[in-house]
Amino acid sequence: MHPSLLTLTDIRKSFGGVRALESACLELRRGAVTALIGENGAGKSTLVKILSGIYQPDAGEIRFDGTAVRITSPQAARALGIGVVHQECLAFDNLSVAENLFVNSQPTRGGLVKWSELRARATTILRELGADFDADVPAGRLSIAQKHVMQIARALTHESRVLIFDEPTASLSQRECAELFRIVRKLRDAGCALLFISHKFEEIFELADRYAVFRDGVSVSAGQVSDVTSDELISLMVGRPVSQLFPKAEIQPGAELLRVEHLCRAGEFEDVSFALRGGEIVGLYGLVGAGRTELAQVLFGINAASSGSFTLAAGTAGVALVPEDRQGQGAVLPFSVAANIALPNLATLAPRGWCSGARESALARQWIDRLGIKAQGPEQPVHHLSGGNQQKVVIAKWLARNPGVLILDEPTKGIDVGAKAAVHAVTSEFARAGGAVLMISSDLPEIIGMSDRVLVMRRGKVRGHFTRAQATSESLLRAASDA
Amino acid sequence: MSVAIPRIEGSARRDAVFAALTLALFLAVTFAFPGFATPRSVAGLLDDTAILIMLALGQMLVIMGRGIDLSIAANLALCGMMAALFNRAWPGMGVAPVLALSLIAGGLLGACNGLLVWKLRLPPIVVTLGTMSIYRGAIYLLSRGAWVNENEMSREFLAFPRGEFLGVSVLSWISLAVAAAFVFAMQRSKAARDLYAAGGNPEAANYSGIDPGRMQFLAYTICGAIAGVCGYLWVARFAVAYTDIALGFELSVIAACLIGGVAISGGAGTAAGVVLGCVFIGIIRSSLPLVGISVFWQMFINGAVILVAVLLSARQRQFKRTILEARA
Repeated sequence: MHPSLLTLTDIRKSFGGVRALESACLELRRGAVTALIGENGAGKSTLVKILSGIYQPDAGEIRFDGTAVRITSPQAARALGIGVVHQECLAFDNLSVAENLFVNSQPTRGGLVKWSELRARATTILRELGADFDADVPAGRLSIAQKHVMQIARALTHESRVLIFDEPTASLSQRECAELFRIVRKLRDAGCALLFISHKFEEIFELADRYAVFRDGVSVSAGQVSDVTSDELISLMVGRPVSQLFPKAEIQPGAELLRVEHLCRAGEFEDVSFALRGGEIVGLYGLVGAGRTELAQVLFGINAASSGSFTLAAGTAGVALVPEDRQGQGAVLPFSVAANIALPNLATLAPRGWCSGARESALARQWIDRLGIKAQGPEQPVHHLSGGNQQKVVIAKWLARNPGVLILDEPTKGIDVGAKAAVHAVTSEFARAGGAVLMISSDLPEIIGMSDRVLVMRRGKVRGHFTRAQATSESLLRAASDA
Repeated sequence: MSVAIPRIEGSARRDAVFAALTLALFLAVTFAFPGFATPRSVAGLLDDTAILIMLALGQMLVIMGRGIDLSIAANLALCGMMAALFNRAWPGMGVAPVLALSLIAGGLLGACNGLLVWKLRLPPIVVTLGTMSIYRGAIYLLSRGAWVNENEMSREFLAFPRGEFLGVSVLSWISLAVAAAFVFAMQRSKAARDLYAAGGNPEAANYSGIDPGRMQFLAYTICGAIAGVCGYLWVARFAVAYTDIALGFELSVIAACLIGGVAISGGAGTAAGVVLGCVFIGIIRSSLPLVGISVFWQMFINGAVILVAVLLSARQRQFKRTILEARA
């Protein structure tokens, strides 16, 4: 039995009315790897940020080695011996590896950096980890896997007793993963308490000793990995009945509008083939980084495919994309509602190159009514609207073009329930009118509730193809996460 | 007709406030020095500001598209020298070919900037810092460092911008026409809308089928063409062409844009605001001697005006902050 090192009890955290953590409990033991699992939005990242001192919990207790502590800043976390290896590698590309390891904690004498000591200590740590790179190379020249090793090394410069790995394998190859696991085991055997966040069940069963499952900000289960199966873990993660509030209309699919054949984009996705028919809503499920957004960008023409083809049926009115990043890619925030809706439609609204405010306002009013956009009027700047209404504006700007194929990338991410229902309604209506919809979403109930068929992508490939009857939370999650 | 199109938040209000301020400044100076408001003096003020207005409108396009044109004054000087040399070589050909030459040469110089920014994706400030020096250097090569003096210029060449119509110089009429065209086109043209979008959010513009790089290219080309024509007008007005014409003037032009409410980060600004900015600078510049403040103070005051203007604009454009507040 491993002694407990870090315990969290009943941690609560809200952000402006949205509860991220409800009553989260977690126990990390010395010499053990604990896997933290849960769907996107279950509260894992929030917990990591609390442990690394970036967020303060609203309530709850953190005990470190038996005493209650408050982790008020990243420096405080480091002083306690809590190190974090982030999913995105944070590195100073222009500085050497040795300098990266000791950023803000360089050994000094009289205000001057002791370079020889710094380099010697860096070299020792890298050798202990068995790293295959030198302390003097610039960090920018390392591969992503090597940067992960560098981050681990950085955590070890402060004698970390707790190490948190936030989805470290999301961007690593098989061989690099094996190397990482070797280091993780080495640290475990040295007596560290490790927290390992991953969506990949095979990794969890290979590496972890204990598990903890979060769902909607609540810890629902914890125990020995040897006592559970992956099926049990999945049902713990999903856990809720799929609600039937989706206005899914039964539509007889029509003619094929879009055919995708062996489409590849190097490094992002490969060999993707499927077809979309009129009146059909096809869900595209997968974890973050599976290549779904990248596929949408190629279908929309933002990026070019490296091989393969996609063909629109003759007479199809084109493809529209409602992008995932609403504020970055969807809307021009300082523009009014009318100017945003007009933007991709100026060829028709301003046929001779001259705009007309009256025509634009009329178009905007029409869509404000149709989608129930809550705005003071067509002239209100979009950045004054709520997230849900901004999303409706972005959808309106594309629907106004009457596209044949509509791609929605995470259409309801971060918007409230009412706006969500409105987005679903307009999507169904578009399909009823004969359009084809490809809906990318990480929201399982949404995918299951809205789709006629579901494609599942994992690591750049389509790994599953489900009919409406076959698509269940368990089957989709299993296809998406290597289980 | 409905309200001004792109409808960038606050810009109409800002222009109105700024217009009132400029008027107040004008009235205050007139109150103290009644001679300031005579038609003759107002025409003079306009004539002095005309070139600044045109250049600032060109620069506005570039800044709006998230660029900057430091080479604008060097472009002007090079085209001015070309116009003067052309006129010296063929004095009998009149003004029309000179205008065409300076327009096309300026446009090409601007297009060079635009291509480097668009196709090679180089940072605008670096590109135009380089071309600024190249264009200036080209004047030395072209003129071998020599001046073209008044006695070497033809009568038509010199007379064109100075001609008067209704008591206002042709130069002023040209700049008024350019200003009117800009005010109209910035509000009503699809091209201007595309530019506002490309500067306001290049990625969203790209997703909407607008190439932000192409918009930058167009902005640089138009800006260059304006600078080219202004080169001829400048040389004819001051009746001399030499290597250091308008040296450092690009900074006054950029300053006029900023005072006029163009966001240095792109995507926001109005033609009316820029014209007002130029007029505001013009009033300050011509009233300082009247008020008895040494012209040595002028740079100081210009700088202070820029900072105050930018501060006021920044306060109005708080949309990033309001987003954060709306979430809380």
